[in-house]
Amino acid sequence: MGKFQKKRGKTAPEVSTASLPDIIFMLLFFFMVTTVLRDATLKVNVVVPQATELTKLEKKSLVNYLHIGKPTAQWKETYGTKPLLQLGDKISKLTDIPLFLEQHKSSVPETQRPGINSSLKVDGKVTMGIVTDVKTELRKANQLKVNYSAKPRVD
Amino acid sequence: MGKTSSRDRLSNEINAGSMADIAFLLLIFFLVTTTIDVDKGVLVKLPPWSTEPPETMTLNERNVFSVMVNAENQLLVRGELEKIEDLREKAKEFIWNPNKRPDMAEKPTKAIISLKNDRGTEYKTYVEVYNELKAAYNELREEEAQRKYAKPYEYLARDQQKEIRARIPLVLSEAEPTNFGEEN
Repeated sequence: MGKFQKKRGKTAPEVSTASLPDIIFMLLFFFMVTTVLRDATLKVNVVVPQATELTKLEKKSLVNYLHIGKPTAQWKETYGTKPLLQLGDKISKLTDIPLFLEQHKSSVPETQRPGINSSLKVDGKVTMGIVTDVKTELRKANQLKVNYSAKPRVD
Repeated sequence: MGKTSSRDRLSNEINAGSMADIAFLLLIFFLVTTTIDVDKGVLVKLPPWSTEPPETMTLNERNVFSVMVNAENQLLVRGELEKIEDLREKAKEFIWNPNKRPDMAEKPTKAIISLKNDRGTEYKTYVEVYNELKAAYNELREEEAQRKYAKPYEYLARDQQKEIRARIPLVLSEAEPTNFGEEN
């Protein structure tokens, strides 16, 4: 067949690498899109404690984060050294919690609202006083699903 | 001159071969900087808030496993000083009560764990204690699953898991903390 014989006459054809960048770019875009950059910079130091009985928080959009810890070195002058609560990207008072929860709730479709979790990211060295106050506020706001964020224990 | 010689060439295409390298570089950068941050933690369910004073229940003392953590992060379990490492075994023995001792829970469904801490207790200790208590229940459920179905708890069907959970329910009541040792 003429078709095939013609090709044989040519010198060895190279594999075209022109589409390689496209493939790599595709991968690149995939990673860029799936990467969730942390939207809030922490003003408090949080080193979560270790535990063994952990549950994974599956849906990130259904989780709101409450950080409790001592202000980082940069913010010590502004906020002092007492442990503080950070909601979103700012240091907040306990009375800001209901509004914060409400704002998060409004971003979630109504059908999924019962699945909202609060993730308490609390520094291990903080005392229970402020944690209890936050828990009380959460209970008052009827946000009862709470997750004490922790790292898996490595023995 | 080497420079001008390229002009003499017929086809003057940009060499796309290095594009892949550039894209790879970017890809690797994103791969390295991406931290797929899985958020894990100890899941708890808080009791609903109510302004009414809680109704006082008379509980048989044998069914209550009281754990108190003070501002010095010391543990008082049923009136005795304990170490966190021993808490899990103690709790398991109390809930399951294999020897039918008269000072431990009548049956797992009646067992109540009461946890109380000071405002000065370190959060780390609190989570550890909570974790141990939860672990005690999880281990008991695991053992029950093995006994009844000879399968690990997590591989059981939903209703089987539910049944075991009903048999060994986690009842943990947290008292209002006392105002000791809060840092200022």
